[in-house]
Amino acid sequence: MNAARPDAARGVAPLVHREQPPADVLIRAAHVLDPRTGLDAPQDVLVRDGEIAALGAPGSLEAPEGAELIDGEGRHLLPGFVDPHVHLRVPGHEHKEDLDSGTRAAAAGGFVAVVAMPNTDPVLDDATVLRSLREAARSEARVPVGFLAAITRGLDGDALTEMAELADAGALGFTDDGRPVHRAAILRKALQYQRLCGGVLALHEEDPSLSGAGVMHEGEISARLGLAGIPSISESTMIARDAAIAGYEQGRIHIQHLSARESVEAVAEAKARGVRITAEVSPHHLTLTHDAILERLDTRLKMNPPLRSQDDRRALVDGLRDGTIDCIATDHAPHAREEKEVPFEQAPMGTTGLETAFAAVHTELVVPGILPLALVVEKLSAGAALLGLATPRIAVGEPAALCLIDLAAEWVVGESGYESRAENCCFDGRTLRGRVLATVAAGAVVYRERAFAVSAA
Amino acid sequence: MRHLLSIEDLDRGGIERILDRARSFTEVSEREIKKVPALRGRRVLNLFYEASTRTRSSFELAAKTLSAEVINFVSSGSSVEKGESLKDTVQTLSAYRPDLIVVRTPHVGAAELVARWSPAAVVNAGDGKHEHPTQALLDVYTLRERLGALDGLNIWIVGDVMHSRVARSNILAFTKLGARVTVCGPPTLIPRGMEALGCEVRYTLDELAQADVVYALRMQQERMTESFVPSLREYAARYQINGRRLGARQVLMHPGPVNRGVELAAEVIDSPQAVIGQQVAAGVVVRMAVLFELLAGRAAPDRQLVTA
Repeated sequence: MNAARPDAARGVAPLVHREQPPADVLIRAAHVLDPRTGLDAPQDVLVRDGEIAALGAPGSLEAPEGAELIDGEGRHLLPGFVDPHVHLRVPGHEHKEDLDSGTRAAAAGGFVAVVAMPNTDPVLDDATVLRSLREAARSEARVPVGFLAAITRGLDGDALTEMAELADAGALGFTDDGRPVHRAAILRKALQYQRLCGGVLALHEEDPSLSGAGVMHEGEISARLGLAGIPSISESTMIARDAAIAGYEQGRIHIQHLSARESVEAVAEAKARGVRITAEVSPHHLTLTHDAILERLDTRLKMNPPLRSQDDRRALVDGLRDGTIDCIATDHAPHAREEKEVPFEQAPMGTTGLETAFAAVHTELVVPGILPLALVVEKLSAGAALLGLATPRIAVGEPAALCLIDLAAEWVVGESGYESRAENCCFDGRTLRGRVLATVAAGAVVYRERAFAVSAA
Repeated sequence: MRHLLSIEDLDRGGIERILDRARSFTEVSEREIKKVPALRGRRVLNLFYEASTRTRSSFELAAKTLSAEVINFVSSGSSVEKGESLKDTVQTLSAYRPDLIVVRTPHVGAAELVARWSPAAVVNAGDGKHEHPTQALLDVYTLRERLGALDGLNIWIVGDVMHSRVARSNILAFTKLGARVTVCGPPTLIPRGMEALGCEVRYTLDELAQADVVYALRMQQERMTESFVPSLREYAARYQINGRRLGARQVLMHPGPVNRGVELAAEVIDSPQAVIGQQVAAGVVVRMAVLFELLAGRAAPDRQLVTA
């Protein structure tokens, strides 16, 4: 469902990162699970010069001279995750996060590629900003980073950005994330222009006249706390509107961070009508509800869209299972400590999520048998194809993009700090099962869990 | 009980203990010298981020009657207007070593944050649209004085429930003491999910006759510009408590200040059914009882417990 790029031979790499020495590693006897290639068994995996060079029965491969040997026995080796929705806060908000810390968090979460949103300061609405960001990522990003550019200048919803030039400069697509494209006519023009420049339009769906000054899901908990609510229909009515416009223009849209049952239904209806629409859901919307806010009025639980009801959460899980929702995206949204240490209504929206994405979904949905592990693994990298990026695969000849995970390892979120500069993680203090031990991105080892023993062969 | 942040912090027994003590304090106000030394040497800090006349003055009077020292810190003209965060303000004011902080803010949960950031005992004097527990206690006190007990009473809370912290605290307190609560108002001003607090919801006053107590809420002018109601005139036509609607045996309450001619007609304000003046008087003794409950017999806060 990629938006075809009319001008395919553009010559600009979609992702950029700091060059690191290619890995020579033998991962011995890990349980290799790649739902796309059908691999689901213990294997030796040899990575040479950053590429998967050989697969073989456990104990069958020898580590070549100088290669690292990683004991994978009892662990799972998965295709690395790809996050189509993160906020790296550069430029302008480096006190929250930067390219180094954000991609360090990504690597620690098993991610081998992330896509950053343009709601920065200045907004990524101009090719010069994009070029300088990509240049910075070439020296600072631990894992490959791609960028979405703004749909409208300054995210103000009034005038289109120079989408074609931005696409030429490497924008993977366009979004006004953080805000809706509230004027239907502007969205329609962006979809028309998409025929020229390609690139997915990723949409934050919210009708501001319905969400108003809301700070959490509208329902029993907001009524109890006296907090202004954000009704589910604020999201679902905009999805229905935008799906109708996209269908009319035969454009390609991607709905960001679904949060409500009505939204899942709106996406399913649009898909049934043949609209070129995909959707993502975050680990926190899949695993938490607004009840958590009643337990503790914690600003780390404040995000947009908000945590909703148990019924909404179940609809999101069902939507992920039946394919209505295409991928998992974290919406990693770091904020400085002092920005979140204020009363709930005053706190900025957002939770970090890169370091906890797999463990949260694994603990709450895979361990209890609600979703199969293979489905979660597939959905954690499915965002790549939606944005026209290569999907990590575990097969000979593929670039090494892997993560090694101990599914049984329990850890307390935040107990030993975060790789992210920010600590506003909605899972903070929770005990999760599933720990990333090592990540290989773009052929290089980009993360090793501190306590995880790695020995040279 | 270390703090009073929400009515949820109290069970029925706790509420009754505070009200019984409040009753015993009424005698102090009858004296020529209206002062007892119960909290001599204790410091009470009034931290008010919102305009308030009666709540602040009744807390001040309560503290002074118990011989505590009172410091008033109001947001206008203070460091708050210079951009200081709540956390910094609380930690700075903690240097004055208050034993108790009375806090009112426009933000839900702020009193709880003050309790986290300061070693002092904290009383929530209103946090946004969330709660106002001492108002609920003085309302329960007033009703007990008037009717004896709340068990089995039908209490109607009428008006702008959505924006009312008084409504939220009172629903919890009234139901804890055995009353049945119905909230009534325009559908635009009753939040979705309100029944979760344990009350019934009505959109008309048609069944108001079943109420033993009618509690009218203040209707603020700005609700009209936000289209919650088309006009105050239409609101008053549907929801105003007037002589025609209020029965002779019903008790009328209001948290003040009253908008005459909007939520209440003049004739009921001055009627024998109204206990609005008694509510104000109860404010002082009930707040004395709350301060006494939190401070008497308790050592000064342990500075070692202060966390950054």
